[in-house]
Amino acid sequence: MEVRTEPFVLNLGPHHPSTHGVFRMRVTFDGEVVTDVEPMFGYLHRGIEKLAEGRTYTQIIPLTDRLDYLAAMSNNWGYVMAVEKLAGVPVPERAEYLRVICGELMRIASHALATGFLINELGAFFTPLMYMYREREKILDLFDMLCGQRLTYNYMRIGGVSHDAPPEFFPAVKQFVREMPSYIDEYEGLITTNEIVLSRTKGVGVLPRNLAINASASGPFLRASGVQWDLRRKDPYSIYDRFKFDIPTGQNGDVYDRYWVRINEMRQSVRILEQALADIPKGDHRSRVPHLLRPPVGEVYGHIEAPRGELGYYLVSDNSIAPYRFHVRPATMINLTTLRELAVGWKLADLIVIFGSIDVVLGEIDR
Amino acid sequence: MAPLPQNPGGHSAVLQQALPPDWPLGNPWLHFITFTIIAIAFGMLMIIAFIYVERRGVARFQIRLGPNRAGPEGLFQAFADLIKLLLKEDIVPARADKLVHLMAPIIATVPALAIFAVVPIFGNGALFADLNVGLLYVVGISSIGVVGVFMAGWGSSNKYALISAMRGVAQMVSYEIPLVLAALGVVLFAGSLSLNTIVDQQGIPYLLLQPLAAVIYFLAMSAETNRSPFDLLEAESEIIAGYHTEYSGMKFALFYVAEYGHAVAASALFSTFFLGGWKGPFLPPVLWLMIKMLVVFFVGFWVRATLPRLRVDQLMGFAWKGLLPLAVINLVITAIEVLFWPTQSMWPLVPVNIVIAVILVLLWSRIFTLGGGKIEVKQGRVEVKGAKTVEVKV
Repeated sequence: MEVRTEPFVLNLGPHHPSTHGVFRMRVTFDGEVVTDVEPMFGYLHRGIEKLAEGRTYTQIIPLTDRLDYLAAMSNNWGYVMAVEKLAGVPVPERAEYLRVICGELMRIASHALATGFLINELGAFFTPLMYMYREREKILDLFDMLCGQRLTYNYMRIGGVSHDAPPEFFPAVKQFVREMPSYIDEYEGLITTNEIVLSRTKGVGVLPRNLAINASASGPFLRASGVQWDLRRKDPYSIYDRFKFDIPTGQNGDVYDRYWVRINEMRQSVRILEQALADIPKGDHRSRVPHLLRPPVGEVYGHIEAPRGELGYYLVSDNSIAPYRFHVRPATMINLTTLRELAVGWKLADLIVIFGSIDVVLGEIDR
Repeated sequence: MAPLPQNPGGHSAVLQQALPPDWPLGNPWLHFITFTIIAIAFGMLMIIAFIYVERRGVARFQIRLGPNRAGPEGLFQAFADLIKLLLKEDIVPARADKLVHLMAPIIATVPALAIFAVVPIFGNGALFADLNVGLLYVVGISSIGVVGVFMAGWGSSNKYALISAMRGVAQMVSYEIPLVLAALGVVLFAGSLSLNTIVDQQGIPYLLLQPLAAVIYFLAMSAETNRSPFDLLEAESEIIAGYHTEYSGMKFALFYVAEYGHAVAASALFSTFFLGGWKGPFLPPVLWLMIKMLVVFFVGFWVRATLPRLRVDQLMGFAWKGLLPLAVINLVITAIEVLFWPTQSMWPLVPVNIVIAVILVLLWSRIFTLGGGKIEVKQGRVEVKGAKTVEVKV
């Protein structure tokens, strides 16, 4: 004979320490085992897509900062690239290099935070998080030097970047690039072979290769499942075809592989930074673009490999000063659609870790 | 039925029996009142010291500074926090079980302080009552804390708190067993359950004579006091604040005191069982005990600042498949040693026991893995193999 208890429904979030903002999950439990997850979001909806329709193309750039606020540089970049594609604006070489440097620094900062929060959600009482904040702070200081901002940069411009880098910027980045590998070794020493981390993450929340492709997942989340897909290689934008770097891929698609892929992407970003710093040319940082840009009638989809995956901007122009339609393809929202497949059958503690390993940012999901 | 034994001198005589040896205050009542005040003062002082040491220490582990504003080097931070909590509004959830909600913090706090009744703090015999069943008393009284936790979880009508309470009961009941079995090794060597005698008998600290028991005791103690990596009750990333999610103000402060009080008591007990308690050269006994407690506590928060948390099933597996068999094996080996080893020359036993402990731990780490995995779910139900669903009429 078996006695069944009632299923236990728990509202995880929107106020919860590990929902990365205001995400809400309606979780059904049988004991501690998750039997159903219903993701609900929209608590951070600001109507950015609609707001953008009433602004000029340049005025939209600060709005994109507020999408994925942990990788605001990449958001700027994706948007200005889409507009440049739409209006046919050339970008000076030096600006492209500066953009690559910013993009890769942003990737390191974002991955450091993602990994730190993941281990924090495993219950490590903030220590790894604090170590990774240390490096993120350094990157934020670099950005502060570059554009005076630490979180929402508003640095990229259509046809270049807003300011050329100050003279003290490049020595500081070189210093950072020299130090970073040893910091990554430090993280790995703390985490990679830790028995509890292994037992909590190996085989947990496996995303099979097929499901990953069918769900149109992207970024480290997809690469952890063994798909070698990186837009920097598959659709080389900007000047990424000039750099040598590897695409780290996982094998099992579990939480551990996602962690591993992120750590290794940080190493690859350091490689790209080294090369970019070595060959950066002199010249203009911005091409001449009219203040009120009126792109020709048409539509465009510009996408970049943001830290969290494919970040796409879809723009429709009616030859006016504002876009007729502005749409964002947020990487993490599409990655998040697999949450239920990943989490059902695991325990409450695993659900949190799986959710953390997707590495969502609610600003991007809710827009 | 045999008549109950009469106490010719009434209560005073019973109290007189329980009086520790060599205690200067003749009147038992005077003694008990004095000592209650001293024990609580000592306990509270150590709790405040531990909170300060942990906050500053963990901050150092995390390359931060920690509280350093209130008073010199932030020494008065705990007092400032306490005053803030005292002045805060006490919020009781509308659907809470009011009485249970009120009683829970008290029931959780009192046992932590009551443990100090039998811990020799100020030297030989300087304790509230020299119970000849001291260990039994400690085990019994510390288990009451779980009731407080469960009452808090149940009474506050919050789902996170309820999950935490359920976890807490399972965890504490499980870890009690290896804890007691590990302590029994010490009891076998000392030949007494009285904590005073246990310290008295420690010419060699039992950490050296009972290394495996010390390790097991330390791990089980961490789980009993919800210290990382066994802090599932207050797993912040999972269940917010666990059983005290719905507590604020002074009631929350009581839980805070209870948490650290249990940590203080556990450190004191570990020092008493394995590190020779108040014994030590040059310094006064009470200082030695405090130093040893701080060392034990330091190891505790060192682990806390370093390791992630276990999952529920891994936690239970670790208790029943990991610690319990090791504790039983250790008890058997200890019993054989006590029977056959000459009591005059204990020192040669130290390397023998350390080797045995290392071999056993290495062997067990081969056999036992944390593991745990996915559970099949069908139609929104956990699939149990070979089980038939039966309608239960209530």
